[in-house]
Amino acid sequence: MKAAVDALLRKELRLELRAPQAVPAMALFSVTTLVVFHFALQRGQVEGDLASGVLWVTLLFAAMLGTSRLFVADHEEGGLDGFLLAPVDRTALLVAKALAMFAFLAIVELVAVPAFALLLLGPTPDASALAQLVLVLALADAGVAVTGTLVAALAVQTRARDLLVPLLALPLLMPVVIAAAKGTTPLLAAAGTGDVGARWLVILGLYDLVFGLIAYAVFDFLVED
Amino acid sequence: MLYGTRLRALAIATAVTLTAGFGLAFFYAPMDADQGFMQKIFYVHVPMAIVTLGGFVFAGIMAIKHLRTREAKYDLRAYVAIHLSLVLGAGVLITGSIWAKASWGHWWVWEEPTLVSYLVVFLLYATYQPLRFSIEDPERQARYASVFAVIAGAFVPLNFLAVRLAETYTHPRVFATSDGGLPAKMQFPFLVCLIGMAALFVTLWKYEMASKHTSSQLRSLRRKLAGDDAVAPQGRSAAPSLGTSS
Amino acid sequence: MAAAPAIELAGLTRRYGERVALRDVTLSLPAGATLVVFGPNGAGKSTLLRVLSTLLRPHAGVARVLGRSLPDEGWAVRGRLGLLGHAPLLYRDLTGRENLVFHARLHRVALDRADELLERVGLTARAGDKVHTYSRGMVQRLAVCRAVLHDPEVLLLDEPRANLDPAARELVEPLIGAASGRTRVVTSHDPAGGLAEADLALGLRAGSVALVAAAREVHAEQIGALYR
Repeated sequence: MKAAVDALLRKELRLELRAPQAVPAMALFSVTTLVVFHFALQRGQVEGDLASGVLWVTLLFAAMLGTSRLFVADHEEGGLDGFLLAPVDRTALLVAKALAMFAFLAIVELVAVPAFALLLLGPTPDASALAQLVLVLALADAGVAVTGTLVAALAVQTRARDLLVPLLALPLLMPVVIAAAKGTTPLLAAAGTGDVGARWLVILGLYDLVFGLIAYAVFDFLVED
Repeated sequence: MLYGTRLRALAIATAVTLTAGFGLAFFYAPMDADQGFMQKIFYVHVPMAIVTLGGFVFAGIMAIKHLRTREAKYDLRAYVAIHLSLVLGAGVLITGSIWAKASWGHWWVWEEPTLVSYLVVFLLYATYQPLRFSIEDPERQARYASVFAVIAGAFVPLNFLAVRLAETYTHPRVFATSDGGLPAKMQFPFLVCLIGMAALFVTLWKYEMASKHTSSQLRSLRRKLAGDDAVAPQGRSAAPSLGTSS
Repeated sequence: MAAAPAIELAGLTRRYGERVALRDVTLSLPAGATLVVFGPNGAGKSTLLRVLSTLLRPHAGVARVLGRSLPDEGWAVRGRLGLLGHAPLLYRDLTGRENLVFHARLHRVALDRADELLERVGLTARAGDKVHTYSRGMVQRLAVCRAVLHDPEVLLLDEPRANLDPAARELVEPLIGAASGRTRVVTSHDPAGGLAEADLALGLRAGSVALVAAAREVHAEQIGALYR
């Protein structure tokens, strides 16, 4: 199965590189959203819980954009059939897509987070806070990737794909939003940064685990007929 | 399975239990010192919430059975359960809002984690019907709906946990709900209301199942008697069909 | 002792909602033989191929391919089947070679097989170009490569020669034709040509079997009658 995931992942990344569907749009969207926030909140700088909120809303909505496109190429070019005909465990597709999504989110964050720091973030986080921020981002991205892959697979066969993805994904991602936002608040605080509370990391980890297991259990039913 | 059996008896039992429950809530249960009479809406709000959450879990179990056996009847059971839970769920949110007004003076409070979690769950399940409607192939529609019901069912406890941890971190729980710490005079009416609400759910569920089942059988008979062409195709619908054999 | 048939169907049924796409299809195809499926559009030919390829599961009846029963044992037989359907199953933004390499990796086949096949269908010169630059004939040739890449024992071909000019047909014939030695199920709209290459003929109309017989016992007019 590792070989299959490898082949699939290479294909995903190559396709995205060749004919970018998700990543540039997501990155651009996040920067634009930050500008919208500036005008909507009527602030030049944010810190603490407000900063946390702005960051996570921006990342989440950018993720929704990318999630909608995740299975579209396959669906349109009959590529899913090509995979289904191969003597390969269907879970390989889930793993490959989730990894690809994770990679896309990471690349988008390489743009969005510095942009956020530049445009809106008041305090400058120190090295320790940054490291913890990366940790929270990683855990949250894993959750978004798994849930996003599930929802994208659900929605790709429907007619109102772009509408359904956010409607389905956002409630399902609420625990991630809760934990991530609460978790990063002390990291972005003005008056002396604190540490990420362990409980938020635990919730994120638990979410990743539970949804990973659920995805593993139900994915076959979404792709097979 | 005949859903219509003992339906009348069940309906009467439901009516009796609910009336008894509400009567007890009005007259027997003590008046809350702080919140006054409006607090009594607790006897409607909480049983409804518990029953609807039970409905969602039941739907999740039916969905698992459907995925395993691919029998349409399980999908129909899940569909009706979710549908009903959603309708009653709107009632939960409305009564919750009234209760919040009575206690806090606001029509909505974020400090009550159970209510907030419920809102998220409600928003999630509200997408069940649009999801179904947007998939044309009936077999795929049923399958995807079941997958959704399973995911959503597993999500419910996770969500409650996350919201509870988030809110209690800054705000202590305000409302004393259900089992823990209810004085005796409140426990009994609460229990009766809970049973009554559960009975209401089951009665309504059975009614809807019987109705759908009957119309499906009618179509099937018509098709057998007058041939395939006599029955107009069902067209796009979010509701599961029981297929050609039943 | 006679070898087990490559394909055995008994009462195979597949529905689409309330409509029956395939009703009660029964036949037996020995290994190495060719089954040609005739019928008007919508008769169920493509559905039959998709069920045989394990992409669709039977709703009723028995389907055995290479001795394995579908859908439960589909996983065991998937790697030994090759499907050439209406959709080429190729990614338009990848090159011809990249597409084949992708499939080769999924099927755990040596990568140079891709180059070998590209040579045989005359696509080596364009192998490094993206598929969306290919003509329809070239896409079809590449799709043939994809279908036979893993050397399947059974070929399921849905109008395989569509979009191919005579020169191209000659190139793909050894790969998917009768001479390839594989068991084949081919759909066709050409009564004479179809019967010529068939061992067994199946005529479908509105999902039901209108005729199933050894090809030499079937006349072209019977095939024509399916369309009326």
